[in-house]
Amino acid sequence: MAAKLHVDKLLDDPATKVIVCCGSGGVGKTTTAAALAARAAERGRRTVVLTIDPARRLAQSLGLRELDNTPRRVQVEGFDTEDRLHAMMLDMRRTFDDMVLAHAGPERAEQILGNPFYQTISSSFSGTQEYMAMEKLGQLAADGSWDLIVVDTPPSRSALDFLDAPQRLSTVLDGRIIRLLSAPARAGGRGLLKIVGAGFGLFTKAISTIIGGQLLADASAFVQAFDSMFGGFRERAQKTYQLLRSPGTAFLVVAAPEPDALREASYFVERLAAESMPLAGLVLNRTHPVLAKLPVGRALAAADELDRAGDAPLAAAVLRVHADRVAVATREQRLLARFTKAHPSVAVTGVPALAEDVHDLAGLREIGRRLAGE
Amino acid sequence: MATPRLDAVTTPIVGWTEELSRARLHVVTGKGGTGKTTVSAALAIALATGGRRVLLVEVEERQGIAQLFDRPPLPYSEERIASAPGGGEIRALAVDADAAFMEYLAMFYNLGFAGRTLRRMGAIEFVTTLAPGLRDVLQTGKVKECVGRTEATGRHMYDHVVLDAPPTGRVVKFLDVTKAVQDVAKVGPIKGQSEGVVRLMHSGDTAVHLVTLLEEMPVRETLDAVVELDGADLRPGAVFVNRVRPARLADRSVPAAADGRVDAARVRAGLAAAGLKLADDEVQGLVEETVEHAVRLRAETRARELLAEADLPAVELPELVDGVDVGALYELAEVLVDQGVR
Repeated sequence: MAAKLHVDKLLDDPATKVIVCCGSGGVGKTTTAAALAARAAERGRRTVVLTIDPARRLAQSLGLRELDNTPRRVQVEGFDTEDRLHAMMLDMRRTFDDMVLAHAGPERAEQILGNPFYQTISSSFSGTQEYMAMEKLGQLAADGSWDLIVVDTPPSRSALDFLDAPQRLSTVLDGRIIRLLSAPARAGGRGLLKIVGAGFGLFTKAISTIIGGQLLADASAFVQAFDSMFGGFRERAQKTYQLLRSPGTAFLVVAAPEPDALREASYFVERLAAESMPLAGLVLNRTHPVLAKLPVGRALAAADELDRAGDAPLAAAVLRVHADRVAVATREQRLLARFTKAHPSVAVTGVPALAEDVHDLAGLREIGRRLAGE
Repeated sequence: MATPRLDAVTTPIVGWTEELSRARLHVVTGKGGTGKTTVSAALAIALATGGRRVLLVEVEERQGIAQLFDRPPLPYSEERIASAPGGGEIRALAVDADAAFMEYLAMFYNLGFAGRTLRRMGAIEFVTTLAPGLRDVLQTGKVKECVGRTEATGRHMYDHVVLDAPPTGRVVKFLDVTKAVQDVAKVGPIKGQSEGVVRLMHSGDTAVHLVTLLEEMPVRETLDAVVELDGADLRPGAVFVNRVRPARLADRSVPAAADGRVDAARVRAGLAAAGLKLADDEVQGLVEETVEHAVRLRAETRARELLAEADLPAVELPELVDGVDVGALYELAEVLVDQGVR
């Protein structure tokens, strides 16, 4: 039996400064993040939730209409937190532009922003969203006006991408390979060339045929212009990384009771341990606990009997609903037990499924109550 | 082993069509978490039933096929992974973009030997970052090659190829290589290869199937994807309604029950008739479960109505409560065959 994750204790603790919700796609991370933030605000903490790519109706439930990249006060009738709940949607392109503007002189910034390669990197590189989410978190933390920052993570294939992607982007930006491609001898030195051998010249040639010399030239110009600010970038990323490892941060791994989602959750738990990052626990969304203890065999036998007699269809249906539910709950418990066996020290809270999608603040509050085990 | 609940499957408006049977490349997409990989595998077995050879391809580097068939990770080669009733055969391929790139460099530029070192340095990843469309072109190019490959007799190597594609949000970008190639390759063999991909993807040989659940969000994503596919002149195939659960309440009882009106006294009397005497809170628990069931049914009905807007052939697959193992895949395939998939 897993330890219980006490969500309210976590939210109320003034030492909790940042909560990061991570997990694989489709498990309800964004909803969980929003529900936690709403609950924390109701319980008296000045809270901001940073959402990444929320579903339209969820965004609307927080009063967010556009990606404007700054925290907005959530004003919804009947939800009185005296202005303690704020929400924002990440605009990764704008966050990147702002970083460039802040770090480069105006002339150089213009050069970078106008470069076609920068436009590719800032809008479609698979690690940019993660990197910018980290950057925004860093900014919000530095701002100092929040008791609690709740962060949603990008909807990536794997939960681990959140930790790995910034590193990937750094590799691209730090320019070693681009210098190799544009002028191998100068940048890499003899040693590296020797390893790769004569193939490298051919490789460079092939690459420039495939992707076009122009793109390579753009990339090269970009990296040169970017070079002087790269140190600053890396320093900031390093700082955010330290923030993630600090005791004020709590990671919540979000999963659904499905084998894939729990496998991802397992990987993530191991990874957090390896990085010495503070894990608060597992949020298991959309569970179906049974609400009556009647054993499934008796329920089905009675349903069959009623069906034969044919005079109590409602009771028979109720019994079959229950039998289905027991089967689902049993499977969910078995999956959770497998996770718990591998990670006995991870505290867990199950969030019973709502029958319908959440699309307003009332729904988020209900999720919040279920998160807290009310 | 799991027994599919056939009683959950209702007759769809339009089932599998002749036109779909003529497709040779079946692309399977859907919102994350809807069961794309499971549906792809079941479809591959269904299509192989009766003695055909089918290739099941994945491109997301997740090794989802290997996990599903309970096998070690697939190498970058076409491996026989299962047989189908009637002498059919299923092979599987996990397309790794880096490996496809190396294969490509080796083929056209005689550059096989430096590959591993370059890969270790991150050079391949770097290039695919420079030109993000390149990854997709390499992967779809490999798929095209498999679809077009013939044996010495002139017969197609594979009767069908089933592609477990990226999720709906990314699928059009992935399949519509025209745009990617304009951005990337202006000359050279990649351009030639991608012209062939464009022809295949936009031809009657290809159908893009959409997997959904009977929930609002996946259905909305499905509808959005249909619009997007139409806009890119790619052909939507069938909708696979996955994980359909049985309805236990009669249709006419659903609205009241979903509003919380389940007559506890009548339930109690019915239970008593079957010899079940339960405490009040037990009965209350059963009633609450039934109300939740009714709310779900009501949401499913709305989802079905919404889905009808897509006006596509549809097939349904039941929820497997015990999870999906290899045996269950065969049962799902049988359900598909019963609904006309061939």
